Amino acid sequence: MSKFKNKTKGDMPAISTASLPDIVFMLLFFFMVATVMRDSSLMIENRLPSADQVEKLKKDRTTFIYAGKPSSQYKQFGDEPRIQFNDAFIGLEDVKPSVLQAIAEINEELQSKVVVGLKIDKNVNAGLVSDIKQELRKANALKVMYIANTKTEQ
Amino acid sequence: MAKRSAPEVNAGSMADIAFLLLIFFLVTTTIEKDKGLLRSLPPIDDTEVEPPIIKQKNLFTVLINRNNQLLVEDEQMELKDLRKAAIEFLDNAGGTNPAGESCTYCKGLRLSSSSDHPEKAIISMKHDRETTYEKYMDVQNELVAAYNFLREREATRLYKKFYPDAEKVFTAMLEEKEKNQFSKDETLNERIETVKKLFPMKLSEAEPDKN
Repeated sequence: MSKFKNKTKGDMPAISTASLPDIVFMLLFFFMVATVMRDSSLMIENRLPSADQVEKLKKDRTTFIYAGKPSSQYKQFGDEPRIQFNDAFIGLEDVKPSVLQAIAEINEELQSKVVVGLKIDKNVNAGLVSDIKQELRKANALKVMYIANTKTEQ
Repeated sequence: MAKRSAPEVNAGSMADIAFLLLIFFLVTTTIEKDKGLLRSLPPIDDTEVEPPIIKQKNLFTVLINRNNQLLVEDEQMELKDLRKAAIEFLDNAGGTNPAGESCTYCKGLRLSSSSDHPEKAIISMKHDRETTYEKYMDVQNELVAAYNFLREREATRLYKKFYPDAEKVFTAMLEEKEKNQFSKDETLNERIETVKKLFPMKLSEAEPDKN
């Protein structure tokens, strides 16, 4: 009688799942790090125009200004396009202080390279946009980027 | 006395828990990369300096009215023709630059009625307050495209040998600069500046009239 079991007729050994949690955790940490929670919810309609000559935007030196019609749950603010900064509607005269404050919060060495991202709905009148730009000039934030969707070149 | 050993914790459900978290983060993640047209605004100038007189032929005026119609050089134009018109204007080279040199790399028609030199050529655009932002962006896009086309052409002419595989040389150069943003490459920066200087972007925007 043999002391050892005859292995030759055995089934396929089960694949060890012991490392599965490790793999999943690895993915988990990746997504945890890559996730950016939206810190401002949009209160306006924001359908961006499209363009094909676009450049990438560097996130670390950007502050955003939104503009558009108040969306359906904010109907009480009327139908006219409004400017949104962070979480609130602001008037045109508040653009300059808000932008200056946002710039002050940015990493010091990037402050001179600040880009203001304009996320503006395509149905807004260009007059409002030029008003915003005028305010930005007063705030001496001269680099602007008109955020647009990428259109594939025809 | 029998030594009581702690019962082993079953780690089999660990994977499930981790999966749950993973799926949560997968769903909430939006890896968004914003793109757009980068422009610089002119600083506010309070000094009362008389602006230099610009010859009409060096000025390419684009007007957009409240009905989103385009008026280019006093003629109505469709958006699709704007890019070509702008390229012809910039590339015309009918005269000399401020230093008195004529444009050797331009391939335009050299009309005396159009721009003298890319360094002198200015595109001026003006819009109505009620123009939609979408149209405004379309026009901006076409004008930027005109500059990019010409810069691309010059980059291909000068630096194609360094980028034999690239279809768009200027784009390839900019991408390389982006990639090596932490290790500055002087020659590359110099080349980009050279190309930019051949067709400097002179796009001015007038304030819309208040009414």
